[in-house]
Amino acid sequence: MNKYIPVIGLEVHVELKTKSKMFCGCSADYFGAEPNTHTCPVCLGLPGALPVPNEVAIDWCRKIGLALNCELLKSSKFDRKNYFYPDLAKGYQISQYDKPFCLKGSITLGSGKVIGITRVHMEEDTAKLAHQSGIQNSNVKSQNYSLVDFNRSGVPLVEIVTEPDFDNAQDVVDYLKKLQQIVRYLGVSNADMEKGDMRLEPNISLRRVGETGLPKYKVEVKNINSFSFVAKAIEFEIKRQTEILDKGQVPAQETRGWNETKNATVSQRSKEDAQDYRYFPEPDIPEISILADQIDQMRSELSELPHEKVKKFEGWAVKKADARILAETKEMAEFFESTVEHARKHEVLPQDVANYIVNHKVDITTVLPTHIIEEIKGKKVGMISDESELEKIAKEVISENPGFVEAYKKGKLTVIQALVGAVMKKTLGKADASKAKTILEKLLNPEVS
Amino acid sequence: MDLTKLNLKQAKEGLKKKDFSSVDLTKAFLQRIKEVEPKIAAFVTVAEKEALEMAKRADGLIANGQDLPLLGVPISIKDNFSTQGIKTTASSKVLDSYIPPYDATVVSKLKDAGIVLLGKTNMDAWAHGSSTETSDYGSTKNPWNIGFLPGGSSGGAAASVAGDEVIFGIGSETAGSIRQPASWCGVVGLKPTYGRVSRYGVIAMGSSLDCPGPITKSVEDAAIILEILAGKDHFDATTSPRQTEKYSIDLNKSIRGLKIGISDDYFEGVDTQIVASVKNALKVLEGMGAEIVHIKLFEPKYAIAVYTIIQRAEVSSNLARYDGIRFGNNREAFGEEAKRRIMFGTYALSAGYYDQFYNKASKVRTVIIEDFKKAFQKVDVIIAPTSPSTALPLGSSKNHPMFGEMADVLVEPSSIAGLPGINVPCGFSKEGLPIGMQIIGSQFSESKILNVAYQYEQATDWKEQKPKL
Repeated sequence: MNKYIPVIGLEVHVELKTKSKMFCGCSADYFGAEPNTHTCPVCLGLPGALPVPNEVAIDWCRKIGLALNCELLKSSKFDRKNYFYPDLAKGYQISQYDKPFCLKGSITLGSGKVIGITRVHMEEDTAKLAHQSGIQNSNVKSQNYSLVDFNRSGVPLVEIVTEPDFDNAQDVVDYLKKLQQIVRYLGVSNADMEKGDMRLEPNISLRRVGETGLPKYKVEVKNINSFSFVAKAIEFEIKRQTEILDKGQVPAQETRGWNETKNATVSQRSKEDAQDYRYFPEPDIPEISILADQIDQMRSELSELPHEKVKKFEGWAVKKADARILAETKEMAEFFESTVEHARKHEVLPQDVANYIVNHKVDITTVLPTHIIEEIKGKKVGMISDESELEKIAKEVISENPGFVEAYKKGKLTVIQALVGAVMKKTLGKADASKAKTILEKLLNPEVS
Repeated sequence: MDLTKLNLKQAKEGLKKKDFSSVDLTKAFLQRIKEVEPKIAAFVTVAEKEALEMAKRADGLIANGQDLPLLGVPISIKDNFSTQGIKTTASSKVLDSYIPPYDATVVSKLKDAGIVLLGKTNMDAWAHGSSTETSDYGSTKNPWNIGFLPGGSSGGAAASVAGDEVIFGIGSETAGSIRQPASWCGVVGLKPTYGRVSRYGVIAMGSSLDCPGPITKSVEDAAIILEILAGKDHFDATTSPRQTEKYSIDLNKSIRGLKIGISDDYFEGVDTQIVASVKNALKVLEGMGAEIVHIKLFEPKYAIAVYTIIQRAEVSSNLARYDGIRFGNNREAFGEEAKRRIMFGTYALSAGYYDQFYNKASKVRTVIIEDFKKAFQKVDVIIAPTSPSTALPLGSSKNHPMFGEMADVLVEPSSIAGLPGINVPCGFSKEGLPIGMQIIGSQFSESKILNVAYQYEQATDWKEQKPKL
């Protein structure tokens, strides 16, 4: 039996997909852009430049807070977090210290366990350093040098901090998946791990069974960019710390990093080197307040969240496992909803629709809800499935919709749905949509067939 | 006619009537600068070529019948305002080679209004001081006596105006940096309400205090310039959305019945000649129907403590970006005063000291704001000496780290409260050095303090006197 219980908390940084950066008008969509092309005096930290907060980003931060059952503070402020690093243009990061936008929330995991959310706050991203070796030019004497790309400098980041409520890596991964799903549902972040949209920092310590209260030390693992690495880092730390504790020692309070090649965490910074960030209120940005009415309004406008969709689908007598699959993404959930709407008119049950979508692994970007209903109902009375007749109608549709045809030929293949829709309209819904689509594709791609 | 003696209003009339062109005017000032700069050293950079180009452009526009509020008017701008394509150093060697790629909002507003920029004026490095002696480019001298200091930090701006090198100058004040040098140089200096004029592009000193404003040869000029500078700026979140006013419209309003507040604490420890001059000025205002009301304000010395902590804390953070990686010289180029402020501010913000220093100072700041609010329920304006002394001899600031705070003791409380204030010349010492008084108003009462200043100015002839350079 285990002698220790892991005590794990998590800090997650989520990059928002707002059009502009957090404190200036530069485009925040920097991925793949030429270095230092998305910059201005503000995000370069030039002398005299001032930050002006992005209201959309603040709204989105608050939405994340509401989705995580947080309390929104009536009055919040930004603070300066002072530290030196070459990727930090101003010598301080604008963040939030004691009055963040959102406090005290919670999230329920698949297992039913409730994890407390300490806070959700807003800050700005730093620039990106590219470490190079070799001599850049005659001015650079050193063998190694670093380049700074300020395109990412000032991109809005939301930091979500949990209570140390986790005791195993699986729950942490479940939490991360849920969080990723929520921010995608809200449409505030792509949460694309590959692009660094989500950065994960677990803190891990061990408590002796039977003890209460927090352990005297805490090990933080910084900037992990994949869910599986987080799980590995946690497993590694549990093992490492257990060994130390078994020897009667206390693990050092420190910051560690995840090393992919070694499959291990490595020490980066000890407690003695802990930074004093000298937080103080950002004098360039006045306090930001929100009225109770505005909070209510925002809450009422919040789109349905994954767990709410699941609940709704279950209410339609859909099996829980299917409901979860169907609520995986907002797009899938909405597709299922509109298919069910059609199904009702044709006396098809939601569970039948669920079965069809789940079993056929339906590609919702190319299949119409009506088509699914037809498939489920099988051959419908009066259905037009005669190919020559459908081809005649398809030709009419093609000649009547030159715009769509042109778009299709330019590569916008999804407009095929609009053409199928036109066929359906002409036949008052009696055409075999699947066949109509095949015929349309054949007509539009003569060389392929 | 000596064109360099003209104030803004006179210059504008001459240009409009085509008595002279902007190029004539600009050349006259460039000539004057050549003559007097060796004595007073008001400029860090004289942009002769750019100035003549701007003047030619202005003349073209005038010929086309264009009428802009400052069209063709040659001015100076303090060297902490970012000017696109023109070196901007804040008088620190750290920025010795820094050429901004953008204009401060104040600069672009002035350019839109048609100015000719003659150059950038000297200041205490990073605006840290009240003498202009801490400039890395040497001290500016007082045009009234070149053995004396011009005050600061906008000492170059005030000297350029007093020395007739420009029609007017643009300065900035954190606490006293416009009013005190204006007082020592015998010119008008207006510090608007915090947030009335954009700080965007002004190299930050104390961000919660910094405020750009004009230094001029007359009160009316200051009012006209404020009309151009004031207003909400989408690049500065701390600017007020409050409607701006036609500040020059009420200048002639009678001040009969106006209640002027006087606080004894503001006359204590002040040079007796200054006390006498300000009291005489008050008599002039009484003669015009104003009423003197004795009030009790928070002792100015508390403001020094609050100001010192808040400003140093902000400075320590604001100067962090000059890390030697991107701008000109590295940190070794920081002068003594900047290093002192960085250390002081860093200490005050450090873990364990924040509550004791910064947090406490913020609370006392609120008390000072409330104190002024109460006072302005009883009176319309407050009048006090601007500085406890007239200009001090060159070298006075050396070895006195708190020199600035002591020189600015009478302007710091109103700066901390974000209030507007204006310095108006009100006499000369027997040594021939100018004396100034300040008129302080409640937030956004610029029209009122300009009105009182104008009424006093019109009733006296101090501005007719010019330094002999």
